[in-house]
Amino acid sequence: MNTVHYPRLGDQAIWHTLSNGLPVCVIPKQGYSRKYAMFATRYGGMDMRFEKDGEWLDTPAGIAHYLEHKMFDTAEGNALQELAKNGAEPNAFTSNAMTAYYYDSTEHFFENLKILLSFVSVPYFTDESVAKEQGIIGQEIGMIEDNPEWQVYKNLMQCLYEKSPARVPVAGSVESISHITAQTLYDCHKVFYTPSNMCLVVVGDVEAEEVYRLAEEVLPKERGSEICRDYGEDEVPVPRHKEYCEEMEVSMPTFLVGFKCPNAPQGMERMRNNVIGDLACDILMGDSSPLFARLYSEGLVNGSFGCAYDLLPGVAYVYAGGDSNDPVAVKEAILAEAQRLVKEGIEEDYYQRVRRAVFGTSIKSLNSFESIAVSMVEGCFNGFDAYRFPEVFDSISKQDLIDFIRDHICEESAALSVIKPKEAE
Amino acid sequence: MNEIRKEIMQNVYLTYLPAKKFKTSCFSAHLVTPLRKDTASYNALFPAVLHRGTVRCPDMEQLSAAMDRLYGAQISPTVRKRGETQCIGFVGTVVDDHFALGGERLLEPATQLMGELFLDPVTRGGRFLPAYVESEKTNLIDAIRSIRNDKRDWADLRLLQEMCADEPYGISRWGDEETVKKINNQKLYQHYQSILPQSRMELFYCGSAEERRVVDALTEAFAALCRGKAVEMESIQRYAAPSEPRYVTETMDVTQGKLSMGFRCGSNDVPALIMANLMFGGSSNSKLFLNVREKLSLCYYASSSYARSKGILTVSSGIETKDYDRAYEEIMKQLAAVQNGDWEDWELDGARSTMLSALQSMDDSQSALENFYLGQVATGQSETPEELAEQIRAVTPERICAAAQSIALDTVYFLKGKEGE
Repeated sequence: MNTVHYPRLGDQAIWHTLSNGLPVCVIPKQGYSRKYAMFATRYGGMDMRFEKDGEWLDTPAGIAHYLEHKMFDTAEGNALQELAKNGAEPNAFTSNAMTAYYYDSTEHFFENLKILLSFVSVPYFTDESVAKEQGIIGQEIGMIEDNPEWQVYKNLMQCLYEKSPARVPVAGSVESISHITAQTLYDCHKVFYTPSNMCLVVVGDVEAEEVYRLAEEVLPKERGSEICRDYGEDEVPVPRHKEYCEEMEVSMPTFLVGFKCPNAPQGMERMRNNVIGDLACDILMGDSSPLFARLYSEGLVNGSFGCAYDLLPGVAYVYAGGDSNDPVAVKEAILAEAQRLVKEGIEEDYYQRVRRAVFGTSIKSLNSFESIAVSMVEGCFNGFDAYRFPEVFDSISKQDLIDFIRDHICEESAALSVIKPKEAE
Repeated sequence: MNEIRKEIMQNVYLTYLPAKKFKTSCFSAHLVTPLRKDTASYNALFPAVLHRGTVRCPDMEQLSAAMDRLYGAQISPTVRKRGETQCIGFVGTVVDDHFALGGERLLEPATQLMGELFLDPVTRGGRFLPAYVESEKTNLIDAIRSIRNDKRDWADLRLLQEMCADEPYGISRWGDEETVKKINNQKLYQHYQSILPQSRMELFYCGSAEERRVVDALTEAFAALCRGKAVEMESIQRYAAPSEPRYVTETMDVTQGKLSMGFRCGSNDVPALIMANLMFGGSSNSKLFLNVREKLSLCYYASSSYARSKGILTVSSGIETKDYDRAYEEIMKQLAAVQNGDWEDWELDGARSTMLSALQSMDDSQSALENFYLGQVATGQSETPEELAEQIRAVTPERICAAAQSIALDTVYFLKGKEGE
């Protein structure tokens, strides 16, 4: 057991690796009646091609998400209902790089933890139940396809990438999921839902030893083998398409501009890279930037505007967007401001206050059990300690941000995705 | 939680919740105003205009700079509909003092800034700055129009507009586009000046600061608030469902249809209706979720919610256009099951523990507490989450059936895809 104290944050984390290789992290939180557990696997929408028993398997788009839905089925019935009966609020999500199952409960915490660990580690599918799920997920995909924010993101990823599976939507398509069978689900579960490829995080007023004891007891003893994944050939530095425009039932245009960035290394360097990327976005076009104030007062953007730096397996990009009647002008303004910053540098007072604000916002996120759990899991899968952000912050200089902006925020790496209102018929 | 509610100035009330476990303070200030068609858009607009600049920080950059220096304090305008009131104001968060590098006080300057936003806007010639009014009008119109983008929200909104066409409850919290278009700077400024003195103000604080410190900080921040004759608040009106439900169908070019159904609840047994709603469609263990979604795969989501202050229950679902009849019948069948007491013990136990757990864990979220207490004080209710939990524990199956039998269908709104024609 390894207890790490974070005096600058007023929190501590207790890590322990089980005999089967599963890393478990407990974040004690006194005074809360909620207790929160997240059990996650490093398996997401992008993990479509991988090796199983010496053979490369190509699986249908959307399978990780499909598996997430089906994992709640148990031989006895449905784990969702088991947990809900105990007053827990269970849920799950699948992202590009992970699948996570979690619940919140005030009572019967360990009983619920046992249910969570069991249903995630023991698959139970029948051809009939798999076929039935196609209706539900088909509806979910239909709903996503009507959502302009989702659609504008999907189109951006397809502009930016040619080979990376980042271009494939996490949920897949109605067509792709029709190829999923109980057998493919069992195969994927066998490869990816292994203790050494997973992570358990518990947040709340909980006895850490009891968590480890229960997990040792419930979970399988085998570690699972090393996983070979294929995220496609290396991407070229420039986007595949410069622009994509689609019409939908929306009231005003919505857009995302993306800037293709090189892949970031693993470990603490990845975390540092992430903080640099986010800070650079804030300095360039965040809520308190001169650029945002100007675009807002000119009516080119509104409160929906946002920006961030995103790291996925093998790829990274900056994106910015929201509703605007002139996406091209916004994109041009971002590029011009990037050039200005590179030329003139970042004003000291401005730099210091944005750092301060971003630091405060990170502190604030520690009120949320969900966000604590997600960052601990991400850190665990990528080899960094998310609670070290104050130290990482200290290590970043203005020059790091200027370098990031100069290298990545430029016309060559940019792509634009726009959703326009349908013309009246 | 040992909440304290007191009048700290004439018609200005503070709800104070001490809690040491958070790393931040959460605070808010709301004017509680009647929700009315002619004023809703004005009320929705002026907090956004106020948020553009104060005398001390006259533009967005300077306002942002002030908040950045307070370690990323956030003070945002908010417009909420609670029952038939419209609550408008600002909600803020700031990290606790000990995270500040120099250990300086952060709460006082943060609440001071909120007070300035409310009371000390940048003006020219006795009006708001014209550019701010114009751009926030545009933003509000865009926001109203963009409700259409999320078809689920749109269908739920259209249902209430149809069902409560002649009631304040049918008015959107943002008002309507036509009224916004007609607002001019002079009228808006007059509205702002008249609504401030005549509205009850509700202040809220949750965090680690002592009560005295919070009272002092907020009293100081709102020292310049004029108080006048309070406007009379009308009590919320409840209506019975018509003898025949109304059916409204609209078409949009969407993949998934949206079926929204509105019911009136005749019973006043609120805790029993809360339980009936949870078993019907208010949780992931509910009849709608288990049957309409899981068993029949008829939809991706099907859920119900109960607005206790108004006595309305609504069902919201996303379905294939061709499945309309089946989904409609199944939803009504599940309601009948709740009305007839046709449920297993675990359904009742699960619903009850879900609700109790939600009420208990509300103590763990500052924003949930802020939202809960605002809803309570805005709609004239005073029970705490603990008291509500007590009432939920006491609900019997007989009361649930009796209350559920008072639920009657009023209006059905269906947004269908074009391909289904």
